[in-house]
Amino acid sequence: MDQLVRQYTRSPHQNEFYSEQEQHDLTEALPPLSLKFSLPPVANHSAFLRAMTDDHSNPSCPIKLAHGTTTLAFRFQGGIIVCTDSRATAGNWIASQTVKKVIPVSRLSRGEDKPGSDPVPGLLGTMAGGAADCQYWLRYLSQQCTLHEIRHKRRITVAAASKILANLTYAYKGYGLSMGTMLAGVTPQEGPALYYIDSDGTRLPGNLFCVGSGQTFAYGVLDANYDFDMSVEDALELGRRSILAAMHRDAYSGGFINLYHVTEAGWVHHGFNDMNPIFWKTKLEKGEFSNVTSAL
Amino acid sequence: MEVLLGITGKDFVILAASKAAMRGPTILKAEDDKTKQLNEHTLIAFSGEAGDTVQFAEYIQANVQLYTMRNDTELSPSAVASFVRGELARSLRSRSPYTVNLLLGGVDKISEKPHLYWIDYLASLAPVPYAAHGYAQYYCLSTLDKHHHPDIDLEQGMKLLEMCTDELKRRLPIDYKGVLVKVVTKDGVKEVPFDNNRIVKSA
Repeated sequence: MDQLVRQYTRSPHQNEFYSEQEQHDLTEALPPLSLKFSLPPVANHSAFLRAMTDDHSNPSCPIKLAHGTTTLAFRFQGGIIVCTDSRATAGNWIASQTVKKVIPVSRLSRGEDKPGSDPVPGLLGTMAGGAADCQYWLRYLSQQCTLHEIRHKRRITVAAASKILANLTYAYKGYGLSMGTMLAGVTPQEGPALYYIDSDGTRLPGNLFCVGSGQTFAYGVLDANYDFDMSVEDALELGRRSILAAMHRDAYSGGFINLYHVTEAGWVHHGFNDMNPIFWKTKLEKGEFSNVTSAL
Repeated sequence: MEVLLGITGKDFVILAASKAAMRGPTILKAEDDKTKQLNEHTLIAFSGEAGDTVQFAEYIQANVQLYTMRNDTELSPSAVASFVRGELARSLRSRSPYTVNLLLGGVDKISEKPHLYWIDYLASLAPVPYAAHGYAQYYCLSTLDKHHHPDIDLEQGMKLLEMCTDELKRRLPIDYKGVLVKVVTKDGVKEVPFDNNRIVKSA
C-alpha cells in the first residue's frame, strides 16, 4: 500500500517550474553572446572601421555613419520622462528629420508608437550614436527580453535588461560599435528604473541622463529646473523644453520632439511634434530666446 | 576649460571669468584675474593661448588709453569693440596671430545702454544679450536662452549667473576655482562679491 501511495504522490510544486534538465537544455539552446559576424580580413578591426567611417579626419570616407542626436530621460515622482529629437545626420548631411529614436523594448509594444492615452506595458530604449547599431541591438535586446519572459514567466527587470545590453556592448568593445542608450521602465521589483548603457560597456543607473551631441544644452535646462517632486505636467514640459534647447543650439539635433511618459502601467506617448511652432511659441509668448530676433 | 560668461540687463553688464590659471595638467594659480578695464565704462574678459592673452589685452588697453589721452574723448564700447576686432583681424593674417577670445562689456556713456560683444580669435564680432566662451557655451547658453530677458535688474542678473556657475560645477569635469565677477554700470566698473564655495547638489 505504502508503495502504491508513494507512486502517486508528488511534492505540491514539483511541476510548477522547469526541471534542472529542461533549464539546462534551454540555456544550451541560447545563441552565444557574441553572435558570429563576418569581419574584414584586417589585423585591427576598430582602426579599419574608423578609417572607413570617420569623416572628421577623412571627409571622403566611404561610409558615413548616422550620428548626432539629443536624447534625455529622467526619473521623478510620477515615473520617468523620455524625450528625444528626430534628426539623423551623416556628416553634414541631414539624412532624416523624422526618426523615431525611442524604441519600445517589448514583444507586446514593438513597432507601436501612435500617440494614445492607454499605457502600453514594457520598457523604452533610446537611440543615440550609430542608428543601425542602436536599432539592431535594441531589437536583439527585445528578443532576449521576450525569451526571458517565456522562460521565467514574468517580465524582465530594467536592471537585467540593461545588463544584457551592457554585456553585449562590452563583448564587442573595440570592434567599433557606436551607441549611447538609455533604458527606462517601471517594474514591480524595482519601481521606476533608469539605466545608461554605451558602446564602451558603461552601465550606470541614475536619476537623469542626457545623451548625444546636444547633451550639454539639454543638461543646461534640465539641471537648472529639475526637481524630483515635480508634477507630471511640469515634468513633460521640462523634458520638451530641454530637448528644444538642444535642438536650437546643436546643429546635429532638430526636427520633431518625441515625448514619452513611463508609469507603472506602462508607457504613454505624448506626441511627435514639429519643433518650429513650439520654438516660436516659446519665444513670442514667454519672451525666451532673446538673442533671436523676430523682426524681419 | 577656461570659463568666460557675460550677461546684460537693463542698465548693466556682468562679466565673469574663471579664477584658475592652467598650464597642462596643473593649476598654477587659483586667484587669476582674466579681466582688464579698458576705460571708465568698458571691460574685457579674455581666454586663450598662454602668453597671447595678457599680451593682447595689455596692448589693447594701452592703445585705448592712448587714444583717450590724444583726443580727450572716451571711446564708446562699440568703438572699442571695433578696434579690438580690427586688431585681431590684422593679427590673424600675420606670421604669428594672437589666439585670444574675448568678451567685451560696457555701458555707453551717452545712451546709458549696456553693450556686450562676443569676439573670438578669428576676429568674429557679435553684439549679444548674453555670451560665453569655451566649454561654458555648451552648458550655459541653453540655460540663458530659457531664463534671460533684456530688462532684468542686477539682482536677477546675478541669479542667472549663479544658475550658470551651478551648472558648470555640476557638469564640468575640472575645478575652475570659481569665477571673478565684475559689473559695468553707468557709474563705472566694480568687482562684486560672489559665493564660489556653495556646494551644488546633483540630481
